Amino acid sequence: MYTVPLPRIGTDIAWRDAAKRLISAGVSPDDVLWDFGAEMGELFATATPLPPPTRRIKAPQSFVQMADTVIWHKDPQRFGRLYALLWRLRHEQGLMQDRADPQLAKLRQMEKGVHRCKHKMKAFVRFRDLRQGGDRRSFAAWFEPTHHTVEPTAPFFARRFADMDWMIATPDVTAQFVDGNLSFHPGQPKPDLPEDAAEALWGTYFCNIFNPARLKVQAMTSQMPKKYWKNLPEAAHIRSLIEGAEAKVQEMRDNAPTLPPVRAERITKRLRGDED
Amino acid sequence: MAKLDLSQKLAILSDAARYDASCASSGTTRRDSRDGKGLGSTEGSGICHAYAPDGRCISLLKILMTNFCIYDCAYCINRVSSNVQRARFSVDEVVQLTIEFYRRNYIEGLFLSSGIIQSPDTTMSDMLRIAKRLREVENFRGYIHLKTIPDAAPELIEQAGLYADRLSINVELPTDNSVKAYAPEKNPATIRKAMDDVKTRKAIAAEKSYTGKRGKRFVPAGQSTQMIVGADGSTDATILGQSTRLYGDYKLKRVYYSAFSPIPDATVKLPLIKPPLVREHRLYQADWLLRFYGFGVEEITAARPDGNLDLDVDPKLAWALQNRALFPMDVNKASKDMLLRVPGFGTRTVGRILSTRRHRSLRYEDLLRMGASLKKARAFITARDWTPGALTDSAKLRAKFAPPPEQLSFF
Repeated sequence: MYTVPLPRIGTDIAWRDAAKRLISAGVSPDDVLWDFGAEMGELFATATPLPPPTRRIKAPQSFVQMADTVIWHKDPQRFGRLYALLWRLRHEQGLMQDRADPQLAKLRQMEKGVHRCKHKMKAFVRFRDLRQGGDRRSFAAWFEPTHHTVEPTAPFFARRFADMDWMIATPDVTAQFVDGNLSFHPGQPKPDLPEDAAEALWGTYFCNIFNPARLKVQAMTSQMPKKYWKNLPEAAHIRSLIEGAEAKVQEMRDNAPTLPPVRAERITKRLRGDED
Repeated sequence: MAKLDLSQKLAILSDAARYDASCASSGTTRRDSRDGKGLGSTEGSGICHAYAPDGRCISLLKILMTNFCIYDCAYCINRVSSNVQRARFSVDEVVQLTIEFYRRNYIEGLFLSSGIIQSPDTTMSDMLRIAKRLREVENFRGYIHLKTIPDAAPELIEQAGLYADRLSINVELPTDNSVKAYAPEKNPATIRKAMDDVKTRKAIAAEKSYTGKRGKRFVPAGQSTQMIVGADGSTDATILGQSTRLYGDYKLKRVYYSAFSPIPDATVKLPLIKPPLVREHRLYQADWLLRFYGFGVEEITAARPDGNLDLDVDPKLAWALQNRALFPMDVNKASKDMLLRVPGFGTRTVGRILSTRRHRSLRYEDLLRMGASLKKARAFITARDWTPGALTDSAKLRAKFAPPPEQLSFF
């Protein structure tokens, strides 16, 4: 029996390294216990060190890509499930193309969940200006992801916001980008971030780009689920926008058509001059 | 009139921009700012940073440079004869808003449109100054969509294409006659000419010169347009016919359909109807069938004699109900083209069926497991352990999917 401790930061590399060693030594999935965040501690710790990597392991590229994503799922069984599939892949060629295989289908479903979570993180992180002065501006955000998505998503922010310093704090892992260097640290409670005047402008935009004549609340919530609202400054306006929508449309209807402003006639005449 | 502050201008000029449906930020070149000398990135797929309660995605800062306008288009809130409050952003204000919103991760970039002030050339030049400042002074590498002014000089449009990821010119209404009636200052021929110029210029930029070098990127995310639905009397067949021509003739990336929606200070020329949202939705579904599912316009619009789409059921289901003799289809044998015609099956499901049936003979449960939606499809397919029996030809099949009649009064 092997107990494999997996660190909270760098889980992907640790899992892949262990899986390679175990597979090459022919260790069955039933003989492996995956210990995420080393939470089991001494209780289950075994003296058995992992077998050395003896030979190159071949796994389909599609598996490697899927594993790189599923690893960040919150389901504690993800490591075991991935290893069990890798075990089967030794002898079942073409398994990755079989969308109806129950084990693979489950992993694909988890993969989809992580993809979605990464995507929502790219969309819904909201930075606040820390106004610290200095050469580079610095920003910080508080975010609560569904899965362990900070590490795989942080490089996106590094590619995008390379000319500023930033921090994304989460209860799980905190990412920091300072002077072009990305680093990860343990999660933390919600920090006190300074007020940012840009949020009011953003709220103004959110309220005015909304068309009250096309109220479709469910279309909004299916893409922007309520669990994200508490960390989105614009979400504070949603309720009043919905409640006021019908009255606004009614007002447009009730208002009698107005007379065109005086300048209108002059401008239109000039524009259509050659025709009239 | 008191001077407007930035927040008041933003309110007026985003309110004025909300009738443009497009908010896409996808499909452009891959860029990033890892060199530390600029701001922003684009990585293929777009990102919707928020959703408004109208269900629409907010990906870009979508604003007008100004809502002053010398044109008098009946459907437009900014027409010269409207008494809507007017405002104008300075170049600096648009640049600052874009950059500051972007840095806080609110947006993917800017969608800049404008009313026509003084002349089309003046308006286009002012918009260009904003795009140029963003790209060359701020080193902004995010997404820029510019609404081009069709009557502007071709060299201005050409410059716009070098700064922008996407250009768009709205055809506004489905037929030339409707444009004449409701947008008298606009000329459909000029609009088409401008779209043709963009297409040609893009093709030239894509060619390699004799040295093997490529020209400067020109609107990498292509061009799009928008048609207002429900303001004039055009049928869906007319609208979809027009879209097909636009996709074909000008290589458009997207045609957007915008349900005509009540505007403040409306003109007497157009009734303030409830926006035909279901119709708009059905048009988008039909548009998809035309582009990705191998359907022809005639097939989709043949179901009803009046040339309009069925509002109660989606266009693929409507087609299948009319052509039941072709069903049920065997998921283990049917060709890709035919599988794409099964109601409820999307391109992804079809891809999965094709790859999986090399490994096993598919059962009903297998289809569920690969994420296929069978609510509609089950009546139109057979699988190893599934046959719809009399369901396919049942007279009640349509009623199973169409909403009960009393709900119709809602629209």
